[in-house]
Amino acid sequence: MKKILYAMACVAIGLASCKKEEAEIIGSGTLNFEFENVVDNASLELNTKTYTNASSEDFNISTFKYYVSNIELTDSKGSIYKVPENYFLIDQSEESSLKPMIEGIPAGDYTKISFTIGVDSARNFAGAQTDALDPLNGMFWTWNSGYIFVKLEGSSPASVATNNKLAFHIGGASATTNAIRKTSIDLAPYTLRIRTDKVPEVHIKVNVAKMFTGKQDISFATYNTMHGGANALLIANNYAEGMFSLDHIHN
Amino acid sequence: MKKLSVLGFIGILLFLFSCQKEDAESNRLLNVVFPDYFPAPAYDFGANPPTEQGFELGKKLFYDANLSADATVSCGSCHQQFAGFANLDHETSHGVDNCFGKRNAPVLFNLIWKDNLLLDGGIKNLELVPLNAIADTCEMATSLSAVMEYLNGNSTYKRQFKQAFGTSEITSQKMLFALAQFTGMMISDDSKYDQVKQGKTTFTEEEQKGYQLFKTNCGQCHTEPLFTDNSFRNNGLDIISSDNGRAHITELITDEGKFKVPTLRNIEVSRPYMHDGRLSTLNEVLEHYSTGIKNHSNLDPILKNGISLNSEEKISLLAFLKTLTDQTFLKNPKFSEE
Repeated sequence: MKKILYAMACVAIGLASCKKEEAEIIGSGTLNFEFENVVDNASLELNTKTYTNASSEDFNISTFKYYVSNIELTDSKGSIYKVPENYFLIDQSEESSLKPMIEGIPAGDYTKISFTIGVDSARNFAGAQTDALDPLNGMFWTWNSGYIFVKLEGSSPASVATNNKLAFHIGGASATTNAIRKTSIDLAPYTLRIRTDKVPEVHIKVNVAKMFTGKQDISFATYNTMHGGANALLIANNYAEGMFSLDHIHN
Repeated sequence: MKKLSVLGFIGILLFLFSCQKEDAESNRLLNVVFPDYFPAPAYDFGANPPTEQGFELGKKLFYDANLSADATVSCGSCHQQFAGFANLDHETSHGVDNCFGKRNAPVLFNLIWKDNLLLDGGIKNLELVPLNAIADTCEMATSLSAVMEYLNGNSTYKRQFKQAFGTSEITSQKMLFALAQFTGMMISDDSKYDQVKQGKTTFTEEEQKGYQLFKTNCGQCHTEPLFTDNSFRNNGLDIISSDNGRAHITELITDEGKFKVPTLRNIEVSRPYMHDGRLSTLNEVLEHYSTGIKNHSNLDPILKNGISLNSEEKISLLAFLKTLTDQTFLKNPKFSEE
């Protein structure tokens, strides 16, 4: 009996000391994102503002929405936390969609965030989905199963399509046309501190202009309408290069 | 005290039991039954187990023209049971505003054995097929949001969704689940061919001759027992195909003018034939394969020299093809509009 008591006391002390030593990094916390959509140095304003692409063509934007999914956080020791089951549809016309929140992240100091621009292959070919992946969101192709990863619509005088329309529907998850791209954002000089009692915010700038430059300049005279397919990969390769960048972190 | 609590306990047990029983009765799970010589299905009912109420809801949706833009076209308009759920005597599908699509409405049955759907294989999961018809400007010409608005504003649907899925919240997923339950349960497996296969009857001499001819000349693509290998092939209808078919999805030149090999089950009743419904009789179809093959650059090598058939052989082959007609399925009230 005495022995048991002694053992229990030891365990109790052990637990207490543990708690004290690493008080700051146990438990889990919440992370807020803010996706700020911009066109180079200007804020993104739907319909009203005119922008110029790298080919010096004017254009405006009526729709801009995209998926961010499979978010992974790398901590200062290099271990990776994969956020389970996360699909966010960021839609410029829906204020609330610009600030997604992730709960239950293990407390720790994180130095890198990576995610998929779009939707992983499995979900592209699965059956009927809900929430962000609900086909009701207008981001699912009805004639060729799969999600539109990034959708930009608008117009440009340079576009030769009917009514000078622009329709860039970027996606594709097949073996031949795979537009799934991952992007990684190094958080230095910031450290993202996830704690039980704090809600840090990661502010990410999303530069629409990078869809049309980077790997290849896209002229609206040549490219103005895409519904997936090989051409969509040109845009995917562009936006994978540098559409997403860190602005700052509020810890 | 003891007696009371024991009684109370029994009371609760009975209550729970009766509740459970009632639930089970009001929404029974359905068994997906098919012959043992059918392969394993491609569609997995695991996330969407078919129930009596789910099936009934799917059926209601399938036959509801209010889902279309002008309330004139339901799924059942272009998919008629007596035609194996194809569109009898319509070369291409007939949508709202008298708009004709570019392809022949395919038969609907044995769909759970397909790992992709439509003539170009663009749809990868049975649950997603209705989205195509809803949005196609030449079919139901509406939007998913309009459909959801209609369903949410309808008290009968609200009740039926609750009976089928336990909650009255109507989502696009539940609607698609219900439709997949209804269409997925459409299984045609009681033709004469099946009865012969099961030893319940025998072919006539003519049919037997036709079966042999079929196995030699047709069975490579129209593989038994589903009578399709689900591949995409060019069967020499044109030198240049005006419909690029499978290439519409893959963008591959080598897929130009290729279409999904259709099943031959219920072929007798599902005229017209070919992806654009250009052939109106089975005789014309056999004539095409024996003398009409055109040398498309993607013509299937099997058809390079056509299929040589004399008139007697054609008669035998037709006799066999008619053994694939499944009256049990074509007339099953379970699938009929009420």
